[in-house]
Amino acid sequence: MPISDTTREQMREIAARYPSARSALLPMLHLAQSDEDEITTDGINACAEVLGITAAEVTAVATFYTMYKREKVGKHHIGVCINTMCGLLGGDAVWDAVVEATGGSHNAPTPDGEFFLERIECQAACTHAPVMTVDWEFMDDVTPGSAVEVLDKLRRGEQIESTRGPVIRDFEATEHTLAFPDDGLADAPSVDDKMLAGLRIAKEQGMQGGNA
Amino acid sequence: MATPLTPVITEHWDRPDLYTLDGYRAVGGYRALEKALRTDPDDIIAQVKDSGLRGRGGAGFPTGMKWSFVPQGDGKPHYLVVNADESEPGACKDIPIMMANPHALVEGVIITSFAIRANHAFIYIRGEVPNAIRKVEFAVKQAKEAGLIGTNIMGTGFDLEVVVHSGAGAYICGEETALLDSLEGYRGQPRLKPPFPAVAGLYASPTVINNVETIANIPYIVDRGVEWFRGFGTEKSPGFKVFAVSGHVKRPGIYEAPLGITMRELLDYAGGMRDGSQVKFWLPGGSSVPLLTAEHLDLPLTYEAMAEAGTMLGTGTPMVFDQTVSVVKAVTRWLEFYKHESCGKCTPCREGTYWITGVLEKFEHGHGQQSEMDTLVDLCGQISGRSFCALGDAAATPYPSALKYFREEFEAATHTSADEQFDPVASYVFAGVGAR
Repeated sequence: MPISDTTREQMREIAARYPSARSALLPMLHLAQSDEDEITTDGINACAEVLGITAAEVTAVATFYTMYKREKVGKHHIGVCINTMCGLLGGDAVWDAVVEATGGSHNAPTPDGEFFLERIECQAACTHAPVMTVDWEFMDDVTPGSAVEVLDKLRRGEQIESTRGPVIRDFEATEHTLAFPDDGLADAPSVDDKMLAGLRIAKEQGMQGGNA
Repeated sequence: MATPLTPVITEHWDRPDLYTLDGYRAVGGYRALEKALRTDPDDIIAQVKDSGLRGRGGAGFPTGMKWSFVPQGDGKPHYLVVNADESEPGACKDIPIMMANPHALVEGVIITSFAIRANHAFIYIRGEVPNAIRKVEFAVKQAKEAGLIGTNIMGTGFDLEVVVHSGAGAYICGEETALLDSLEGYRGQPRLKPPFPAVAGLYASPTVINNVETIANIPYIVDRGVEWFRGFGTEKSPGFKVFAVSGHVKRPGIYEAPLGITMRELLDYAGGMRDGSQVKFWLPGGSSVPLLTAEHLDLPLTYEAMAEAGTMLGTGTPMVFDQTVSVVKAVTRWLEFYKHESCGKCTPCREGTYWITGVLEKFEHGHGQQSEMDTLVDLCGQISGRSFCALGDAAATPYPSALKYFREEFEAATHTSADEQFDPVASYVFAGVGAR
């Protein structure tokens, strides 16, 4: 499906946020990816046209950043953190379980086209290791069993919530958020026990903290 | 007596509405902004200088000094760029700050922009965390609606636009000049310094780049004063820190405490090590700082004490590993990360991370050769100090410190794989691979 006029219009809208239009390229590529589920030649050409640069220049950027994919992602992007903290605390086993359950492999869509699996790098949530992401929303403290359960629910179309974030939508919706972050989901609960660990001790023990 | 915790940035995180303008205002939010806008911008810079606040992104550079490098009256536009690309393995404090208390960041952005005379600020957030991006965008939007961002803010004649910008997956963009290239719409590759961003940064104009936590400190310093701030921490490391403790501890999580607290104290707050486990090695702040062992637990977590111990405070997000973890495997995994994330601009880093990883993987699989332990030292020496940015230096960091404290493990890895030396299942935080 070629990039629509509406999308081009939205790309111009993003470009207008910046003193120099080219600064908009990363969010514009997210928008293109949200439209087409991957970065296509059409998507690249649309960005190039809007910014008045060459397709080669856009391609150079699109191929540098890991989040831009050159194959259809499918409905959901599934990330499993395999960096040292998450991997060694169990992320390796979570990854194996996810691969076994889907028949998929790293940085590729699963055979049924439902998921796209990725061994992801540190997700800035080491306190919640092992961490998985669904369409880049947090699924904290997973086990091999709970990870596969998440996949099963997604396959059945059941509603699931991020452990620190909103209800899971799909990959394209997240990519749209990255281009237009005012997505109406900011009310999703995002603070959990681990984020409050120190504060609770300070309160229980009557530590005056910063007010002393 | 144990050092007490000091929740400041985290003080009201248990308020479900803290992320809203009303919630933040109810606990004194934007009071500092009113005060700041009535102050001479140079005085704010002086105040931050006097506070001794040091950058919380890892390098610990004095924030006020960074601000003062921006030439004033030069007729060029000035920019503030917030580095919210938190991607350092082990670092997990900026994302929580943005999800729990985004207005502290936004208020800090407005005050900082006013101080350095910037009319345009950017918050560059890594793309892999949409929930932080939408929270910050929401806070920016609310601040705009309340007239705290926009034209003629609070009738002072000060104009400011704030743009929340999504990255797209590149650790290197946490390096400030690579971040600038990325924000200009290019591949994120570091620039040669000098010129420093304070002189020629974004769009070749004077630019201040600060970490999220650094900027989130600003409203509290402006509101409560330099003396109050210096009441925490040490002479060279004043203030408090949002420590994020991860690993084999009973209660991993966020613990805000004065700089100078020891790792042992932090460990106590985190409930100690999990049952039957002891500290084998730990890193004060990210995988890019040399690792330490149990003998270092009583050192104060300050920039200076960590430097003296041969490491760095870094991001101040300690990772703690117990005796079940293979240091060979841990280090190999980090190097695989650096190899993946090297941007490819500088040959020593691009090629060096490739070769170090290859040799380390041999050790992980029990095929390392005795002589290659020295080869690795040599390779690290070939990278360190020989690339444009600190990614190369960082990649050369884990192995030498691991070798220093755990030489015998690398020796054993010449014949026995890491997984044979250490059953991987034992380091999981759940029971076995079938765990639900």
